[in-house]
Amino acid sequence: MNMLTDAAVEETLQPLYKPAASKMTGKDVTVHYGEKQALFGVNLEVPEKQVMALIGPSGCGKSTFLRCLNRMNDTIDICRVGGSILLDGEDIYDPRIDVVELRARVGMVFQKPNPFPKSIYENVAYGPRIHGLAWKKSEFDEVVETSLQKAGLFNEVKDRLHEPGTGLSGGQQQRLCIARAIAVSPEVILMDEPCSALDPIATAKVEELIDELRQNYTIVIVTHSMQQAARVSQRTAMFHLGNLVEEGPTEKMFTNPDDKRTQDYITGRFG
Amino acid sequence: MGEHTVSSFDEELEHIDRLIRDMGDLSGAMTRASTNALLESDNALAQRVISDDTIMDAKQRELDERAITLIAKRQPMAQDLRSVVGAIRMASDLERIGDLAKNIAKRVGAVGQGATPRSLAHSIDAMASLVLQQVNGVVEHYVRRNPEALVHLRDEDEKIDIQYTSVFRELLTYMMEDPRNITSCTHLLFCAKNLERIGDHVTNIAENAYYVMTGSQLPVQRPKLDETQVTAEAGS
Ligand SMILES: Nc1ncnc2c1ncn2[C@@H]1O[C@H](COP(=O)(O)OP(=O)(O)OP(=O)(O)O)[C@@H](O)[C@H]1O
Ligand SMILES: [Mg+2]
Repeated sequence: MNMLTDAAVEETLQPLYKPAASKMTGKDVTVHYGEKQALFGVNLEVPEKQVMALIGPSGCGKSTFLRCLNRMNDTIDICRVGGSILLDGEDIYDPRIDVVELRARVGMVFQKPNPFPKSIYENVAYGPRIHGLAWKKSEFDEVVETSLQKAGLFNEVKDRLHEPGTGLSGGQQQRLCIARAIAVSPEVILMDEPCSALDPIATAKVEELIDELRQNYTIVIVTHSMQQAARVSQRTAMFHLGNLVEEGPTEKMFTNPDDKRTQDYITGRFG
Repeated sequence: MGEHTVSSFDEELEHIDRLIRDMGDLSGAMTRASTNALLESDNALAQRVISDDTIMDAKQRELDERAITLIAKRQPMAQDLRSVVGAIRMASDLERIGDLAKNIAKRVGAVGQGATPRSLAHSIDAMASLVLQQVNGVVEHYVRRNPEALVHLRDEDEKIDIQYTSVFRELLTYMMEDPRNITSCTHLLFCAKNLERIGDHVTNIAENAYYVMTGSQLPVQRPKLDETQVTAEAGS
Protein backbone atom coordinates (compact mmCIF):
# COMPACT_ATOMS: atom_id res chain seq x y z
CA MET A 1 0.00 0.00 0.00
CA ASN A 2 1.37 3.29 -1.02
CA MET A 3 1.18 5.66 1.88
CA LEU A 4 1.67 9.36 1.68
CA THR A 5 2.16 11.65 4.58
CA ASP A 6 -0.12 14.62 4.89
CA ALA A 7 2.85 16.73 3.92
CA ALA A 8 3.45 14.68 0.78
CA VAL A 9 -0.23 14.88 -0.09
CA GLU A 10 -0.14 18.64 0.32
CA GLU A 11 2.90 18.76 -1.90
CA THR A 12 1.39 16.73 -4.75
CA LEU A 13 -1.74 18.82 -4.59
CA GLN A 14 0.19 22.10 -4.45
CA PRO A 15 -0.04 22.96 -8.16
CA LEU A 16 -3.83 22.74 -7.93
CA TYR A 17 -4.01 25.02 -4.95
CA LYS A 18 -1.36 27.48 -6.01
CA PRO A 19 -2.29 30.50 -3.99
CA ALA A 20 -3.44 33.06 -6.50
CA ALA A 21 -3.22 36.77 -5.98
CA SER A 22 -6.47 38.06 -4.61
CA LYS A 23 -8.52 39.90 -7.23
CA MET A 24 -11.32 41.02 -4.97
CA THR A 25 -11.48 41.20 -1.20
CA GLY A 26 -14.48 41.59 1.05
CA LYS A 27 -13.67 43.06 4.47
CA ASP A 28 -16.24 42.92 7.26
CA VAL A 29 -19.00 43.16 4.70
CA THR A 30 -22.40 43.77 6.26
CA VAL A 31 -25.65 44.22 4.38
CA HIS A 32 -29.02 45.40 5.68
CA TYR A 33 -32.27 45.36 3.78
CA GLY A 34 -34.12 48.00 5.79
CA GLU A 35 -34.15 46.68 9.37
CA LYS A 36 -33.22 43.17 8.36
CA GLN A 37 -29.54 42.25 8.38
CA ALA A 38 -28.57 39.83 5.59
CA LEU A 39 -24.76 39.68 5.96
CA PHE A 40 -22.86 39.79 9.24
CA GLY A 41 -19.26 40.81 8.62
CA VAL A 42 -18.06 38.63 5.76
CA ASN A 43 -14.33 38.43 5.05
CA LEU A 44 -13.51 36.72 1.79
CA GLU A 45 -10.73 36.84 -0.77
CA VAL A 46 -11.56 36.07 -4.38
CA PRO A 47 -8.45 34.67 -6.06
CA GLU A 48 -7.48 35.96 -9.48
CA LYS A 49 -8.20 33.83 -12.56
CA GLN A 50 -9.86 31.08 -10.64
CA VAL A 51 -13.43 30.05 -10.18
CA MET A 52 -14.84 30.55 -6.72
CA ALA A 53 -18.14 28.88 -5.88
CA LEU A 54 -20.49 30.31 -3.26
CA ILE A 55 -22.72 27.68 -1.69
CA GLY A 56 -25.16 27.53 1.17
CA PRO A 57 -28.83 27.07 1.95
CA SER A 58 -31.47 29.33 0.47
CA GLY A 59 -31.56 32.78 2.00
CA CYS A 60 -28.05 32.58 3.49
CA GLY A 61 -26.86 35.64 1.58
CA LYS A 62 -24.98 34.27 -1.45
CA SER A 63 -26.72 36.50 -3.97
CA THR A 64 -26.49 39.42 -1.58
CA PHE A 65 -22.73 38.99 -1.29
CA LEU A 66 -22.36 38.49 -5.04
CA ARG A 67 -24.28 41.70 -5.72
CA CYS A 68 -21.95 43.59 -3.39
CA LEU A 69 -19.05 42.75 -5.68
CA ASN A 70 -20.29 45.03 -8.48
CA ARG A 71 -22.56 47.27 -6.41
CA MET A 72 -25.67 45.75 -7.90
CA ASN A 73 -27.16 46.27 -4.44
CA ASP A 74 -27.14 50.03 -5.17
CA THR A 75 -30.17 49.38 -7.33
CA ILE A 76 -32.14 48.16 -4.31
CA ASP A 77 -33.44 51.20 -2.38
CA ILE A 78 -33.59 49.70 1.10
CA CYS A 79 -30.19 48.04 0.85
CA ARG A 80 -27.26 49.34 2.90
CA VAL A 81 -23.76 47.91 2.54
CA GLY A 82 -21.08 48.26 5.24
CA GLY A 83 -17.43 47.24 5.41
CA SER A 84 -15.36 47.42 2.27
CA ILE A 85 -14.92 45.60 -1.01
CA LEU A 86 -11.63 45.91 -2.83
CA LEU A 87 -10.98 45.35 -6.51
CA ASP A 88 -7.24 45.18 -7.13
CA GLY A 89 -6.83 46.83 -3.74
CA GLU A 90 -9.18 49.73 -4.49
CA ASP A 91 -12.39 50.21 -2.54
CA ILE A 92 -15.26 49.97 -5.01
CA TYR A 93 -17.60 51.78 -2.63
CA ASP A 94 -15.34 54.85 -2.75
CA PRO A 95 -17.50 57.78 -3.92
CA ARG A 96 -15.00 58.56 -6.69
CA ILE A 97 -15.64 55.20 -8.34
CA ASP A 98 -17.68 55.32 -11.55
CA VAL A 99 -20.27 52.58 -11.08
CA VAL A 100 -20.86 52.12 -14.81
CA GLU A 101 -17.18 51.55 -15.36
CA LEU A 102 -17.06 49.25 -12.33
CA ARG A 103 -19.81 47.07 -13.79
CA ALA A 104 -17.87 46.84 -17.02
CA ARG A 105 -14.90 45.52 -15.04
CA VAL A 106 -17.08 43.26 -12.91
CA GLY A 107 -19.77 41.79 -15.16
CA MET A 108 -22.74 39.71 -14.16
CA VAL A 109 -24.73 36.78 -15.52
CA PHE A 110 -28.08 36.09 -13.90
CA GLN A 111 -30.06 33.00 -13.01
CA LYS A 112 -32.63 33.43 -15.74
CA PRO A 113 -31.15 34.19 -19.14
CA ASN A 114 -32.20 37.77 -19.82
CA PRO A 115 -31.24 38.79 -23.34
CA PHE A 116 -32.41 42.24 -24.42
CA PRO A 117 -35.34 42.19 -26.84
CA LYS A 118 -32.93 42.91 -29.67
CA SER A 119 -30.94 40.94 -32.20
CA ILE A 120 -28.22 38.55 -31.13
CA TYR A 121 -25.71 40.96 -32.64
CA GLU A 122 -27.09 43.95 -30.74
CA ASN A 123 -27.16 42.05 -27.47
CA VAL A 124 -23.42 41.61 -27.67
CA ALA A 125 -22.62 44.99 -29.25
CA TYR A 126 -24.63 46.89 -26.64
CA GLY A 127 -21.99 46.91 -23.91
CA PRO A 128 -19.06 47.95 -26.09
CA ARG A 129 -21.31 50.68 -27.54
CA ILE A 130 -22.31 52.27 -24.23
CA HIS A 131 -18.79 51.94 -22.86
CA GLY A 132 -17.30 53.41 -26.04
CA LEU A 133 -15.09 50.40 -26.58
CA ALA A 134 -15.77 50.22 -30.32
CA TRP A 135 -16.55 52.85 -32.96
CA LYS A 136 -16.49 51.41 -36.43
CA LYS A 137 -18.74 48.71 -37.85
CA SER A 138 -15.73 46.47 -38.37
CA GLU A 139 -14.76 46.87 -34.72
CA PHE A 140 -18.25 45.91 -33.60
CA ASP A 141 -18.28 42.94 -35.97
CA GLU A 142 -15.05 41.77 -34.49
CA VAL A 143 -16.03 42.14 -30.84
CA VAL A 144 -19.38 40.41 -31.51
CA GLU A 145 -17.70 37.49 -33.23
CA THR A 146 -14.92 36.98 -30.70
CA SER A 147 -17.30 37.28 -27.74
CA LEU A 148 -19.67 34.75 -29.25
CA GLN A 149 -16.69 32.52 -30.02
CA LYS A 150 -15.47 32.69 -26.45
CA ALA A 151 -18.95 31.93 -25.20
CA GLY A 152 -18.99 28.85 -27.44
CA LEU A 153 -22.05 30.10 -29.29
CA PHE A 154 -20.74 31.55 -32.53
CA ASN A 155 -21.08 28.45 -34.68
CA GLU A 156 -24.65 27.92 -33.60
CA VAL A 157 -25.78 31.47 -34.39
CA LYS A 158 -23.43 32.80 -37.08
CA ASP A 159 -26.11 32.60 -39.77
CA ARG A 160 -28.76 34.40 -37.77
CA LEU A 161 -26.93 37.17 -35.96
CA HIS A 162 -29.69 39.63 -36.77
CA GLU A 163 -32.50 37.51 -35.44
CA PRO A 164 -33.82 38.26 -31.94
CA GLY A 165 -31.78 36.90 -29.01
CA THR A 166 -35.00 35.90 -27.33
CA GLY A 167 -35.59 33.33 -30.08
CA LEU A 168 -32.69 31.18 -28.89
CA SER A 169 -33.03 28.17 -26.63
CA GLY A 170 -32.52 28.67 -22.89
CA GLY A 171 -28.99 27.32 -22.95
CA GLN A 172 -28.11 29.43 -25.98
CA GLN A 173 -29.63 32.50 -24.35
CA GLN A 174 -27.48 31.93 -21.27
CA ARG A 175 -24.37 31.65 -23.39
CA LEU A 176 -25.50 34.81 -25.22
CA CYS A 177 -25.66 36.56 -21.85
CA ILE A 178 -22.17 35.30 -21.10
CA ALA A 179 -21.01 36.62 -24.49
CA ARG A 180 -22.63 39.94 -23.63
CA ALA A 181 -20.77 40.03 -20.33
CA ILE A 182 -17.47 39.14 -22.01
CA ALA A 183 -17.88 41.74 -24.78
CA VAL A 184 -16.86 44.60 -22.51
CA SER A 185 -13.64 42.76 -21.51
CA PRO A 186 -14.46 42.44 -17.83
CA GLU A 187 -11.90 41.29 -15.30
CA VAL A 188 -14.38 39.53 -13.07
CA ILE A 189 -17.57 37.71 -14.04
CA LEU A 190 -20.23 37.10 -11.41
CA MET A 191 -22.73 34.35 -12.08
CA ASP A 192 -25.83 33.76 -9.97
CA GLU A 193 -27.06 30.20 -10.54
CA PRO A 194 -26.37 30.48 -14.26
CA CYS A 195 -27.47 26.92 -15.03
CA SER A 196 -30.57 26.58 -12.91
CA ALA A 197 -32.85 26.98 -15.92
CA LEU A 198 -30.79 24.78 -18.24
CA ASP A 199 -30.92 21.11 -19.23
CA PRO A 200 -27.90 18.84 -18.56
CA ILE A 201 -26.37 19.34 -22.00
CA ALA A 202 -26.68 23.12 -21.92
CA THR A 203 -25.37 23.02 -18.35
CA ALA A 204 -22.36 20.97 -19.45
CA LYS A 205 -21.63 23.51 -22.18
CA VAL A 206 -21.81 26.43 -19.78
CA GLU A 207 -19.62 24.57 -17.28
CA GLU A 208 -17.04 23.85 -19.93
CA LEU A 209 -17.15 27.48 -20.92
CA ILE A 210 -16.60 28.56 -17.32
CA ASP A 211 -13.56 26.33 -17.20
CA GLU A 212 -12.13 27.96 -20.32
CA LEU A 213 -12.99 31.45 -19.18
CA ARG A 214 -10.91 31.14 -16.08
CA GLN A 215 -7.77 31.40 -18.23
CA ASN A 216 -8.60 35.06 -18.62
CA TYR A 217 -11.20 36.00 -16.06
CA THR A 218 -11.85 35.76 -12.37
CA ILE A 219 -15.19 34.06 -11.84
CA VAL A 220 -17.50 33.92 -8.85
CA ILE A 221 -20.44 31.57 -9.23
CA VAL A 222 -23.40 30.95 -6.94
CA THR A 223 -24.78 27.46 -7.33
CA HIS A 224 -27.16 25.11 -5.57
CA SER A 225 -25.65 22.09 -7.25
CA MET A 226 -22.87 20.64 -5.10
CA GLN A 227 -21.69 18.63 -8.07
CA GLN A 228 -21.48 21.75 -10.17
CA ALA A 229 -19.50 23.56 -7.50
CA ALA A 230 -17.19 20.54 -7.28
CA ARG A 231 -16.77 20.42 -11.06
CA VAL A 232 -16.18 24.04 -11.95
CA SER A 233 -14.55 25.74 -9.01
CA GLN A 234 -11.08 25.77 -7.52
CA ARG A 235 -12.23 27.29 -4.27
CA THR A 236 -15.53 27.10 -2.46
CA ALA A 237 -17.05 29.39 0.15
CA MET A 238 -19.91 28.21 2.32
CA PHE A 239 -22.45 30.71 3.68
CA HIS A 240 -24.97 30.14 6.43
CA LEU A 241 -27.43 32.64 7.96
CA GLY A 242 -25.51 35.61 6.62
CA ASN A 243 -22.10 34.40 7.76
CA LEU A 244 -19.19 32.94 5.89
CA VAL A 245 -18.76 29.55 7.53
CA GLU A 246 -15.77 28.15 5.73
CA GLU A 247 -13.70 28.79 2.62
CA GLY A 248 -11.09 26.54 1.09
CA PRO A 249 -9.86 24.46 -1.84
CA THR A 250 -12.86 22.83 -3.50
CA GLU A 251 -11.45 19.29 -3.29
CA LYS A 252 -11.10 19.63 0.43
CA MET A 253 -14.52 21.23 0.91
CA PHE A 254 -16.20 18.32 -0.82
CA THR A 255 -14.19 15.46 0.64
CA ASN A 256 -13.30 16.65 4.10
CA PRO A 257 -14.75 20.01 5.16
CA ASP A 258 -13.79 21.39 8.56
CA ASP A 259 -17.08 22.90 9.62
CA LYS A 260 -20.00 20.79 10.78
CA ARG A 261 -22.47 23.10 9.01
CA THR A 262 -20.63 22.63 5.71
CA GLN A 263 -20.65 18.87 6.21
CA ASP A 264 -24.33 18.82 7.00
CA TYR A 265 -25.18 21.02 4.05
CA ILE A 266 -23.16 19.28 1.35
CA THR A 267 -24.13 15.81 2.51
CA GLY A 268 -27.83 16.71 2.63
CA ARG A 269 -28.30 16.65 6.39
CA PHE A 270 -29.78 20.11 6.91
CA GLY A 271 -33.22 19.86 8.48
CA MET B 1 -23.28 12.45 12.44
CA GLY B 2 -26.88 13.54 12.08
CA GLU B 3 -29.37 11.96 9.80
CA HIS B 4 -29.93 12.78 6.19
CA THR B 5 -32.92 14.81 5.16
CA VAL B 6 -33.69 11.85 2.90
CA SER B 7 -33.90 8.91 5.30
CA SER B 8 -33.57 6.20 2.65
CA PHE B 9 -30.06 7.59 2.06
CA ASP B 10 -29.17 6.63 5.65
CA GLU B 11 -30.66 3.19 5.16
CA GLU B 12 -28.59 2.63 2.05
CA LEU B 13 -25.40 3.67 3.80
CA GLU B 14 -26.24 1.46 6.76
CA HIS B 15 -26.83 -1.50 4.51
CA ILE B 16 -23.37 -1.09 2.99
CA ASP B 17 -21.92 -0.81 6.46
CA ARG B 18 -23.68 -3.99 7.50
CA LEU B 19 -22.20 -5.83 4.54
CA ILE B 20 -18.71 -4.71 5.56
CA ARG B 21 -19.36 -6.02 9.04
CA ASP B 22 -20.67 -9.35 7.70
CA MET B 23 -17.69 -9.72 5.40
CA GLY B 24 -15.38 -8.82 8.28
CA ASP B 25 -16.93 -11.46 10.54
CA LEU B 26 -16.80 -14.03 7.78
CA SER B 27 -13.16 -13.29 6.95
CA GLY B 28 -12.24 -13.78 10.62
CA ALA B 29 -14.14 -17.06 10.80
CA MET B 30 -12.56 -18.30 7.57
CA THR B 31 -9.06 -17.43 8.75
CA ARG B 32 -9.59 -19.28 12.02
CA ALA B 33 -11.27 -22.30 10.45
CA SER B 34 -8.72 -22.72 7.67
CA THR B 35 -5.82 -22.72 10.12
CA ASN B 36 -7.59 -25.14 12.42
CA ALA B 37 -8.37 -27.41 9.49
CA LEU B 38 -4.72 -27.29 8.51
CA LEU B 39 -3.33 -28.05 11.93
CA GLU B 40 -5.85 -30.78 12.68
CA SER B 41 -6.00 -32.18 9.14
CA ASP B 42 -9.74 -31.62 9.21
CA ASN B 43 -10.91 -32.02 5.63
CA ALA B 44 -14.57 -31.36 6.40
CA LEU B 45 -13.73 -28.05 8.01
CA ALA B 46 -11.53 -27.18 5.03
CA GLN B 47 -14.47 -27.85 2.73
CA ARG B 48 -16.60 -25.46 4.75
CA VAL B 49 -14.06 -22.69 4.32
CA ILE B 50 -14.02 -23.32 0.59
CA SER B 51 -17.79 -22.99 0.37
CA ASP B 52 -17.80 -19.94 2.67
CA ASP B 53 -15.69 -18.21 0.08
CA THR B 54 -18.64 -18.29 -2.33
CA ILE B 55 -20.69 -16.41 0.25
CA MET B 56 -17.87 -13.92 0.64
CA ASP B 57 -17.74 -13.31 -3.12
CA ALA B 58 -21.50 -12.86 -3.27
CA LYS B 59 -21.40 -10.33 -0.44
CA GLN B 60 -18.67 -8.37 -2.17
CA ARG B 61 -20.66 -8.29 -5.40
CA GLU B 62 -23.70 -7.10 -3.53
CA LEU B 63 -21.71 -4.39 -1.79
CA ASP B 64 -20.21 -3.20 -5.08
CA GLU B 65 -23.62 -2.99 -6.69
CA ARG B 66 -25.13 -1.14 -3.77
CA ALA B 67 -22.22 1.27 -3.59
CA ILE B 68 -22.33 2.01 -7.32
CA THR B 69 -26.08 2.50 -7.26
CA LEU B 70 -25.77 4.80 -4.27
CA ILE B 71 -23.13 6.92 -6.01
CA ALA B 72 -25.27 7.19 -9.13
CA LYS B 73 -28.42 7.96 -7.22
CA ARG B 74 -27.21 10.19 -4.38
CA GLN B 75 -23.91 11.63 -5.52
CA PRO B 76 -22.57 11.46 -1.98
CA MET B 77 -20.29 14.18 -0.65
CA ALA B 78 -17.66 14.50 2.08
CA GLN B 79 -17.82 11.71 4.69
CA ASP B 80 -20.60 9.97 2.79
CA LEU B 81 -18.41 9.86 -0.29
CA ARG B 82 -15.48 8.63 1.76
CA SER B 83 -17.58 5.87 3.35
CA VAL B 84 -18.84 4.58 0.03
CA VAL B 85 -15.47 4.62 -1.72
CA GLY B 86 -13.84 3.28 1.45
CA ALA B 87 -16.40 0.46 1.65
CA ILE B 88 -15.64 -0.62 -1.91
CA ARG B 89 -11.95 -0.79 -1.10
CA MET B 90 -12.37 -2.50 2.24
CA ALA B 91 -14.68 -5.06 0.68
CA SER B 92 -12.04 -5.87 -1.90
CA ASP B 93 -9.44 -6.46 0.83
CA LEU B 94 -11.89 -8.59 2.81
CA GLU B 95 -12.65 -10.60 -0.28
CA ARG B 96 -8.92 -11.17 -0.77
CA ILE B 97 -8.66 -12.36 2.84
CA GLY B 98 -11.37 -14.88 2.00
CA ASP B 99 -9.36 -16.06 -1.03
CA LEU B 100 -6.23 -16.49 1.06
CA ALA B 101 -8.12 -18.48 3.71
CA LYS B 102 -9.60 -20.64 0.98
CA ASN B 103 -6.13 -21.20 -0.39
CA ILE B 104 -4.99 -22.39 3.04
CA ALA B 105 -7.99 -24.71 3.22
CA LYS B 106 -7.20 -26.20 -0.17
CA ARG B 107 -3.75 -27.24 1.04
CA VAL B 108 -5.08 -29.23 3.98
CA GLY B 109 -5.18 -32.48 1.97
CA ALA B 110 -1.74 -31.90 0.50
CA VAL B 111 -0.02 -31.32 3.82
CA GLY B 112 -1.41 -34.61 5.06
CA GLN B 113 -1.94 -36.26 8.42
CA GLY B 114 0.57 -35.94 11.24
CA ALA B 115 3.12 -34.26 9.00
CA THR B 116 3.32 -31.14 11.13
CA PRO B 117 5.76 -31.29 14.06
CA ARG B 118 4.33 -30.03 17.37
CA SER B 119 6.45 -26.92 17.76
CA LEU B 120 5.83 -25.86 14.17
CA ALA B 121 2.09 -26.35 14.57
CA HIS B 122 2.35 -24.22 17.66
CA SER B 123 4.14 -21.39 15.81
CA ILE B 124 1.62 -21.39 12.96
CA ASP B 125 -1.23 -21.46 15.44
CA ALA B 126 0.25 -18.49 17.30
CA MET B 127 0.62 -16.65 14.03
CA ALA B 128 -2.98 -17.40 13.11
CA SER B 129 -4.13 -16.08 16.48
CA LEU B 130 -2.30 -12.81 15.90
CA VAL B 131 -3.79 -12.51 12.43
CA LEU B 132 -7.24 -13.29 13.72
CA GLN B 133 -6.92 -10.67 16.42
CA GLN B 134 -6.03 -8.15 13.71
CA VAL B 135 -8.90 -9.13 11.44
CA ASN B 136 -11.45 -8.94 14.25
CA GLY B 137 -9.89 -5.77 15.61
CA VAL B 138 -10.00 -3.85 12.37
CA VAL B 139 -13.66 -4.66 11.83
CA GLU B 140 -14.52 -3.76 15.39
CA HIS B 141 -12.70 -0.41 15.30
CA TYR B 142 -14.42 0.38 12.04
CA VAL B 143 -17.86 -0.51 13.36
CA ARG B 144 -17.25 1.46 16.55
CA ARG B 145 -15.76 4.37 14.61
CA ASN B 146 -12.56 4.37 16.62
CA PRO B 147 -9.81 5.72 14.34
CA GLU B 148 -7.23 6.09 17.12
CA ALA B 149 -7.29 2.36 17.80
CA LEU B 150 -6.44 1.76 14.14
CA VAL B 151 -3.08 3.50 14.48
CA HIS B 152 -2.04 1.00 17.12
CA LEU B 153 -3.60 -1.90 15.27
CA ARG B 154 -1.62 -1.21 12.14
CA ASP B 155 1.63 -1.17 14.11
CA GLU B 156 0.74 -4.59 15.48
CA ASP B 157 1.15 -6.02 11.99
CA GLU B 158 4.86 -6.06 12.62
CA LYS B 159 4.37 -8.87 15.16
CA ILE B 160 2.86 -11.01 12.43
CA ASP B 161 5.84 -10.34 10.22
CA ILE B 162 8.20 -11.34 12.99
CA GLN B 163 6.21 -14.48 13.66
CA TYR B 164 6.19 -15.28 9.96
CA THR B 165 9.93 -14.89 9.75
CA SER B 166 10.39 -17.32 12.60
CA VAL B 167 7.99 -19.87 11.02
CA PHE B 168 9.95 -19.48 7.82
CA ARG B 169 13.24 -20.23 9.57
CA GLU B 170 11.74 -23.22 11.31
CA LEU B 171 10.43 -24.64 8.04
CA LEU B 172 13.85 -24.22 6.44
CA THR B 173 15.43 -26.31 9.18
CA TYR B 174 12.90 -29.12 8.78
CA MET B 175 13.47 -29.19 5.06
CA MET B 176 17.24 -29.28 5.52
CA GLU B 177 16.92 -32.04 8.09
CA ASP B 178 14.95 -34.37 5.86
CA PRO B 179 14.15 -33.72 2.19
CA ARG B 180 11.02 -35.89 2.54
CA ASN B 181 9.55 -32.99 4.51
CA ILE B 182 9.92 -30.63 1.58
CA THR B 183 6.46 -31.14 0.04
CA SER B 184 4.48 -30.67 3.22
CA CYS B 185 6.76 -27.90 4.45
CA THR B 186 6.34 -26.01 1.18
CA HIS B 187 2.59 -26.15 1.61
CA LEU B 188 2.92 -24.98 5.19
CA LEU B 189 5.17 -22.21 4.01
CA PHE B 190 2.49 -21.02 1.59
CA CYS B 191 -0.03 -21.20 4.40
CA ALA B 192 2.14 -19.07 6.65
CA LYS B 193 2.73 -16.68 3.78
CA ASN B 194 -1.03 -16.44 3.26
CA LEU B 195 -1.51 -15.59 6.92
CA GLU B 196 1.12 -12.92 6.61
CA ARG B 197 -0.63 -11.50 3.56
CA ILE B 198 -3.94 -11.50 5.39
CA GLY B 199 -2.16 -9.25 7.86
CA ASP B 200 -1.21 -6.93 4.99
CA HIS B 201 -4.82 -6.73 3.85
CA VAL B 202 -5.80 -5.87 7.41
CA THR B 203 -3.28 -3.03 7.22
CA ASN B 204 -4.92 -1.78 4.02
CA ILE B 205 -8.33 -1.99 5.63
CA ALA B 206 -7.07 -0.07 8.65
CA GLU B 207 -5.75 2.67 6.38
CA ASN B 208 -9.01 2.91 4.45
CA ALA B 209 -11.11 2.83 7.59
CA TYR B 210 -8.98 5.59 9.08
CA TYR B 211 -9.44 7.71 5.97
CA VAL B 212 -13.19 7.09 5.95
CA MET B 213 -13.47 8.25 9.55
CA THR B 214 -11.06 11.16 9.62
CA GLY B 215 -10.57 12.33 6.05
CA SER B 216 -6.81 12.14 6.47
CA GLN B 217 -4.29 9.42 5.82
CA LEU B 218 -2.66 7.34 8.51
CA PRO B 219 0.87 8.62 9.10
CA VAL B 220 3.64 6.90 7.15
CA GLN B 221 4.76 3.56 8.48
CA ARG B 222 8.37 2.56 8.61
CA PRO B 223 9.49 -0.06 6.09
CA LYS B 224 9.10 -3.58 7.34
CA LEU B 225 11.45 -6.49 7.14
CA ASP B 226 10.53 -9.59 5.20
CA GLU B 227 11.83 -13.08 4.68
CA THR B 228 14.28 -12.08 1.95
CA GLN B 229 16.63 -10.85 4.65
CA VAL B 230 16.34 -14.17 6.40
CA THR B 231 17.09 -16.06 3.19
CA ALA B 232 20.28 -14.11 2.80
CA GLU B 233 21.28 -14.97 6.35
CA ALA B 234 20.32 -18.61 6.05
CA GLY B 235 22.27 -18.96 2.83
CA SER B 236 25.42 -17.40 4.25
N1 LIG C 1 -34.34 42.91 -2.23
C1 LIG C 1 -34.46 42.42 -1.00
N2 LIG C 1 -35.25 43.03 -0.09
C2 LIG C 1 -35.35 42.56 1.16
N3 LIG C 1 -34.73 41.48 1.63
C3 LIG C 1 -33.93 40.82 0.78
C4 LIG C 1 -33.75 41.24 -0.57
N4 LIG C 1 -32.91 40.40 -1.19
C5 LIG C 1 -32.57 39.47 -0.26
N5 LIG C 1 -33.18 39.72 0.91
C6 LIG C 1 -33.03 38.93 2.15
O1 LIG C 1 -31.66 38.74 2.44
C7 LIG C 1 -31.38 37.41 2.84
C8 LIG C 1 -30.34 36.81 1.90
O2 LIG C 1 -30.92 36.70 0.59
P1 LIG C 1 -30.11 36.22 -0.67
O3 LIG C 1 -30.97 36.45 -1.85
O4 LIG C 1 -28.78 36.85 -0.67
O5 LIG C 1 -29.97 34.67 -0.35
P2 LIG C 1 -29.37 33.52 -1.27
O6 LIG C 1 -28.32 32.85 -0.47
O7 LIG C 1 -28.98 34.05 -2.59
O8 LIG C 1 -30.62 32.55 -1.41
P3 LIG C 1 -31.09 31.67 -2.67
O9 LIG C 1 -30.22 30.49 -2.66
O10 LIG C 1 -32.50 31.31 -2.32
O11 LIG C 1 -30.97 32.51 -3.90
C9 LIG C 1 -32.69 36.69 2.81
O12 LIG C 1 -33.20 36.63 4.12
C10 LIG C 1 -33.58 37.54 1.94
O13 LIG C 1 -34.92 37.45 2.35
MG1 LIG D 1 -29.70 33.76 -4.60
